[in-house]
Amino acid sequence: MLPLEELKSVIQELLPGVPLDLEAGSLLVSSKDLITVCRCLKNTERFSLDYLANLTVVDYPPERMEVIYHFYSMLKKHGPVALKVKVEREKPSVPSVTPLWRGAEFQEREAYDLFGVVFEGHPDLRRILMWEGFKGHPMRKDYIVEDQDAVETLSP
Amino acid sequence: MSTAGELLEVSLGPQHPSTHGVFRMNAVLDGETIVKLKPVMGYLHRNHEQIGEGITYIGSFPFTDRLDYFSAMSNNFGLAIAIEKLGGITASERGEYLRIIMAELTRLVNHTAVTGFLLNDMGAFGTPLLYAFREREKILDLFEAASGSRMMCNYVRPGGVRQDVPEDWLKQAKEIVDHYPHFLDEFEKLLTENEIIRQRAQNVGVLSKELAVNASITGPMLRASGVDYDIRKVDGYSLYPRFSFRVPLGSVGDVYDRYYIRILEMRQSVKILQQALKDIPEGPAISPKGAAMGKAPRTFRPAKNEAYGRIEAPKGELGFYLVSDGSPQPYRYHVRAPSFVNLTVLEDLCIGHKVADAIIILGSIDIVLGEVDR
Repeated sequence: MLPLEELKSVIQELLPGVPLDLEAGSLLVSSKDLITVCRCLKNTERFSLDYLANLTVVDYPPERMEVIYHFYSMLKKHGPVALKVKVEREKPSVPSVTPLWRGAEFQEREAYDLFGVVFEGHPDLRRILMWEGFKGHPMRKDYIVEDQDAVETLSP
Repeated sequence: MSTAGELLEVSLGPQHPSTHGVFRMNAVLDGETIVKLKPVMGYLHRNHEQIGEGITYIGSFPFTDRLDYFSAMSNNFGLAIAIEKLGGITASERGEYLRIIMAELTRLVNHTAVTGFLLNDMGAFGTPLLYAFREREKILDLFEAASGSRMMCNYVRPGGVRQDVPEDWLKQAKEIVDHYPHFLDEFEKLLTENEIIRQRAQNVGVLSKELAVNASITGPMLRASGVDYDIRKVDGYSLYPRFSFRVPLGSVGDVYDRYYIRILEMRQSVKILQQALKDIPEGPAISPKGAAMGKAPRTFRPAKNEAYGRIEAPKGELGFYLVSDGSPQPYRYHVRAPSFVNLTVLEDLCIGHKVADAIIILGSIDIVLGEVDR
C-alpha cells in the first residue's frame, strides 16, 4: 500500500476540493465528505479497499468523538488504511457506510449502542448488545456505572 | 379455514442447545420456510472493553481468555501482537515458536470441536462430537501442562510467553501432533463421503464470494467461499513466513464446504506444528522488555499513539485496537471479534431455507457467545 502522504495526494488529485488531513497515522476527513472518500477508496482500482475490517469510536470528552475505520484490500492484499472522522460529542452523527460495506452493519449498530453515535442511512439502527429501553451509552467516558460501589458495600 | 400465506413468528433460543449459548434468532416462517430472521445477542455482554480500559495492558490477558473460550491462546496472541505494535516490543525467537505452536494447537482444538458440534446440529447426536472431544482432551492436557489451565490459559504475553514449557512437553506435543492425521483420516472416513451429510449440507446456506468480502467475513467461512485471504500469509506476522503451508479454498461456499475447509485447515496446522516442533530453538521464552512488563505492569506506559493488531484466529480476523494516552492503562481498548462480524450474513444465508437448515447454518458459522457479546 502507498505511504499515507502519497495516498493523501493521490486522493486529492482524484477528488479536488475535498479537504484531507493526516493525524497519527490516519486519514482525517469531515463527516460530509466521508461517503465521497469512502467510495473513492473502494472503487478506485489502485486502492480497491473492498474490506472494512474494523469500525469503532473513541470518546474524547468534553467536545469530540472520533469514528475510526480500518480498511484492507482482499483483492490486492494490502492495507490497512485508517480513516478518521471527528464528530461533535453533543449530537454525534456520521453517514452510514453500510450501503458500501455490509460488514459495517453490526459494527455500526454496536457503535451506536455503546457510544450513541447515529449513523445516518443505516438500514436498521437499533441497539445490539444492550437491551431495548436501556438508557445511556456505556462506553462513553462519563458513563456512571450504576452499582459502582456495590463491591465496597458488600465487603465489610 | 385456510392458513395459506399466514406468517408465523418463532423465537429460537436464547436457551436452546442448537444456539451454542445464549443466542436468539427471531425467525418469521412461511410454513417451514424462513422469510426473515433477526439475530438477537448481548445476553453475555459484560462490557469487556470498558473493563480493559480500567486496568493495565497486561491485566487484560486473563479477560481475553474469556472472549472465545475455545481459543484462549489465540486471543492472548492477538492482544500481545497489538501491544507489541503499540509499544515497539519484539519477541524472543523461542517465544515466537511457542506462540505459533499454541496458536496452531488452538486451531486444531477449535476446528475439531466445531465440526463435532456441527454434526450434533445435523442430528448425529453424540458420536462425532465425542470422537472430536477425545482428541481435544489430549491438546487441553498439553495446555494445562504449559499454562496451568485447560481452557483459560492466560499464557501468551507481549514479547513471548509467560513461562517456558516443562521438560518433555515438546516431545509429548510431537506425539499428539504426529497422531493427529490418523484421527483426521478416521474422522473423515466417518463424515466426508457420508451420504447423509452431503444431502444435508450441500447447497445449504450458500455464501457468494462477493457478499463474503463485502460483509467483512473472515476465517474459514470466507475461504470456504473461495476467497484466498489468510492473515498468516497476508500480514506474515510473527514467524509464519518461515513455515510452508497452503491455504485451502472452497468452491461453493455452502455448509459442506465450511465443514470440509476446517478439516483441510487442520491438516495444514499439523504441517506447521511439525515444522515448528522440529525447528524450535533454545533460548529465553520471553524477551527482556516483555519480561519487565510482566513483572511491573504499571511501568509500561506507551507513548501517545494507537495501534490495530490482528491475527488469523480460528474463527477469523481477531483484531485489537488500542489507543494510548501515555498512562499505564489503554485509553481505548476495542476488540474486533470475528464471530460477531461473521453473524452479519446469518439472515442472508437462512432466507429460503427450512428451520432445521438455519440450525446447521448457524453451526457452520462457528460462533462463541463470549466473543459475540463481549
